[in-house]
Amino acid sequence: MNTHHQDRNLASQVTMLEARNLSKQFLLHLQGGVRIPVLSDASMHVSAGECVALVGPSGAGKTTLLRSLYGNYRAGSGAILVRHEGEMVDIATAQPREVVRLRVKTLGYVSQFLRVVPRVAAVDIVAQAAIGLTPEAARAGAVELLLRLHIPARLHNLPPATFSGGEQQRINLARGFIGGHPILLLDEPTASLDNARRDIVIAMILEAKQAGIAIVGIFHDTQVRDAVADRQFAVMPLQDAA
Amino acid sequence: MSDETLLSARGLNLHFGTIPALVNVDADLWPGEVLAVVGESGSGKTTLLNVLSGRMAAQSGVVWYRDTAGRIADVHAMPQPSLRALHRSDWGFVQQNPRDNLRMGVTAGGNVGERLMAQGSRHYGDIRAEAIRWLEQVEIDADRVDDLPRTFSGGMLQRLQIARTLVTHPRLVFMDEPTGGLDVSVQARLLDLIRGLVARFGIAAVLVTHDLAVARLLAHRVMVMQRGVVVETGLTDQVLDDPQHPYTQLLVSSVLQA
Repeated sequence: MNTHHQDRNLASQVTMLEARNLSKQFLLHLQGGVRIPVLSDASMHVSAGECVALVGPSGAGKTTLLRSLYGNYRAGSGAILVRHEGEMVDIATAQPREVVRLRVKTLGYVSQFLRVVPRVAAVDIVAQAAIGLTPEAARAGAVELLLRLHIPARLHNLPPATFSGGEQQRINLARGFIGGHPILLLDEPTASLDNARRDIVIAMILEAKQAGIAIVGIFHDTQVRDAVADRQFAVMPLQDAA
Repeated sequence: MSDETLLSARGLNLHFGTIPALVNVDADLWPGEVLAVVGESGSGKTTLLNVLSGRMAAQSGVVWYRDTAGRIADVHAMPQPSLRALHRSDWGFVQQNPRDNLRMGVTAGGNVGERLMAQGSRHYGDIRAEAIRWLEQVEIDADRVDDLPRTFSGGMLQRLQIARTLVTHPRLVFMDEPTGGLDVSVQARLLDLIRGLVARFGIAAVLVTHDLAVARLLAHRVMVMQRGVVVETGLTDQVLDDPQHPYTQLLVSSVLQA
């Protein structure tokens, strides 16, 4: 397994995601055009197999940064470079259809809230997020992940709308991890979980890192952060310009 | 995936008297892409759908379609028989009211098979088998194949219309509020069905909806219209979560949370 280790050491040098001089402000037209600057000149990067934790006080813009990295929020200025099929693609300027493709293969996101088509079974929600698998293999993988996350089999065929917050979060996690994206963005992945379930998620994150997956996350739980993060990136609040 | 557009519109203008329905509208659609056109009633979104599909003429502007052979055709300069042939084969149109598209005096199987016959299929057994296969795709029991549509519920009618539309494997489907007239309990299932079929067959779609949640679940990209003007366009979740234009911000912030 020596070659495997060498590969991993090489891989750890590879930058998978990089934000360069990223700035972002919100302009609220309905509130009299008030401007809320959130990010100014933020630069950060994450390599393959590495986990970077975004830290900073509540409201400082950690989620804004994470959402910008996913292309969910539009970057005001600067670049967000994502290694996609061997090339660096700037999702701050890429066409929407390029971002769609990149999200399918390269860039995964686990949000705090589950947003899905109602009345679709939990196992199907997870299986649909698998990449390049037959429907049967995707379903089998989904079942395995759900069981690992302590979602009992009797819940698999139910739509998650009536599930508890913690169960919904674990559906979201299963959906985020099944794709095996080379880059994963995690927004508070353990916020509603008890200690036992939290430890499972820690183990999954560590395994993902072993597999060379680059991770950027927000982890309020310092135990989780200490267990998974290699580095921290501080997001500090800006002065309101209003 | 090809990086050539399937459908492109440039400089579309159309006024109804003094009312602007389309003002300098440009639009592009790529193969396999679902584009949602959102806006309030009277914003021009259905007019845009009708002009893009050649069902209504604009006062100025052009719409191009790239066929399977890579030839580019000006949709509005096309002879009527060619346009009708396109609507029967490569294109599909899903109406808000399925009764506008279905033949209510013909069986469910007949409604689906008719589009195959219009394309040249002649073997009755094959047509019937394919019709049954499509009824099953849209979750209608095969034993309803000989029933008349008037015995179907609203949700079943909509699913029948979708089977009739997709049986010819269109590359491009135009949808006008496909979940609009349905009970919410039926909407969810239909949304999931449409999403699955569009993804499985790589169908490109232009979807008109006033429901931002429908756009979020089905569309890759969204176009926001206000009084005939496209005020904002982009990645669906970006437009809905980080709207830039005042009208989009109003639209997004006006949605009731259930």
